[in-house]
Amino acid sequence: MSTANPFLLLLASIFTQNIALVYILGMCPFIVISKNFKTAAGMGVSVIFVVTLTALINWPIYYKILLPLKIEILSFMIFIIVIAATVQLLEMLIEKFFPPLQASFGIFLPLITVNCIVLAVCIFMVLKQYNFIQTVFYSLGTSAGWALAILLMAAIKEKLLLVGDIPKGLRGAGITMIIAGFMAFAFMGFAGMIPLQ
Amino acid sequence: MPKKQVKRSFKHTKSYKALVSGLWQDHPTFCMVLGICSMLAITNKMDNALAMGLGVTFCTAFSSLFVAIFRNAIPARVRMLAYMVIISTFVICVDRFLKAYFPAISETMGPYVGLIITNCILMGRAEAYAIKNGPWLSFLDGVGCGLGYTFMLILMALIREPLGFGTILGKPLMPAFWVNWVVMTIAPGAFFLLGAYLWIFRTIAKKTE
Repeated sequence: MSTANPFLLLLASIFTQNIALVYILGMCPFIVISKNFKTAAGMGVSVIFVVTLTALINWPIYYKILLPLKIEILSFMIFIIVIAATVQLLEMLIEKFFPPLQASFGIFLPLITVNCIVLAVCIFMVLKQYNFIQTVFYSLGTSAGWALAILLMAAIKEKLLLVGDIPKGLRGAGITMIIAGFMAFAFMGFAGMIPLQ
Repeated sequence: MPKKQVKRSFKHTKSYKALVSGLWQDHPTFCMVLGICSMLAITNKMDNALAMGLGVTFCTAFSSLFVAIFRNAIPARVRMLAYMVIISTFVICVDRFLKAYFPAISETMGPYVGLIITNCILMGRAEAYAIKNGPWLSFLDGVGCGLGYTFMLILMALIREPLGFGTILGKPLMPAFWVNWVVMTIAPGAFFLLGAYLWIFRTIAKKTE
């Protein structure tokens, strides 16, 4: 079991080990959905919610069901099924009970299933042997870090459009990559701030 | 005699088209910018890039094949879940294979092998091609896309490993006075390099946004 302090874990996963800019995960929505600040915010909040929820469901499944039965070889498959099922269930619940939320979050939910960071958090949780409390803070921090990164990216891109003198071939994904490179540099500045591997 | 004719006209068959479209016209990275997470993360070493590329090719080809075989039995509402189950089966195979025969590579790639499941290329090919076409064509399409992706991984690693570590496939390449560019081995270098590649490719292909 890992002995990391949960609070440090939260800070570390937001800043020094940002999942988007250090581990380079969750890039597809990072490129596609960062055109507009408002949509990016909607996606960020949905990701925080889904990532934390699925990690909290998958932790007991792995440690209470898969490990005792010695079928942890199936963990990838079980994790992804749980994620897909949770997302589908959430979609139905929101549609039924919170119709106003449907317009702002409903459209992002199906996309989240194939967002790598949901599965990545579950895999990291197993690899780094976090206990339940650590998993809570770790999943919350990781998804918040991703949301922070996509919000920064969307804000930069919105301002960039106002200037609007990007070479034709670099528009869209190309310039997003270059900006992400600079942002990754900036986030490297946090390294060493938190004494945690 | 008839055999020769078949060979000559293979270039104009549907199979050839399915195989080749993934290599250039519908190249997964350049045109659709899919599946770049794992690509940026693991291409700082050539052997990781090769392992990842072949693993993805295997998974795409066989998951497309199986999706196509079961395409009439999969209900439309739960098709995503069905893709996930099929894809994760093959990803588990790749993960176990690497763990058993290439433990060193498996160690450095860590979680990224499991994350092939959420590589958008696999899901994308299943949804865009395999669910509508026969098994053989889908298989070829999967191989084509996988090879196109592998090609891109090799292009990335070809620049990142010599500049970042001064080696290629673990063998020293750069002269003695060479100072390693550490930035190429970590995230920012990957972002800049892909940005540059996208710029070059899109200018050549005139596919701008």
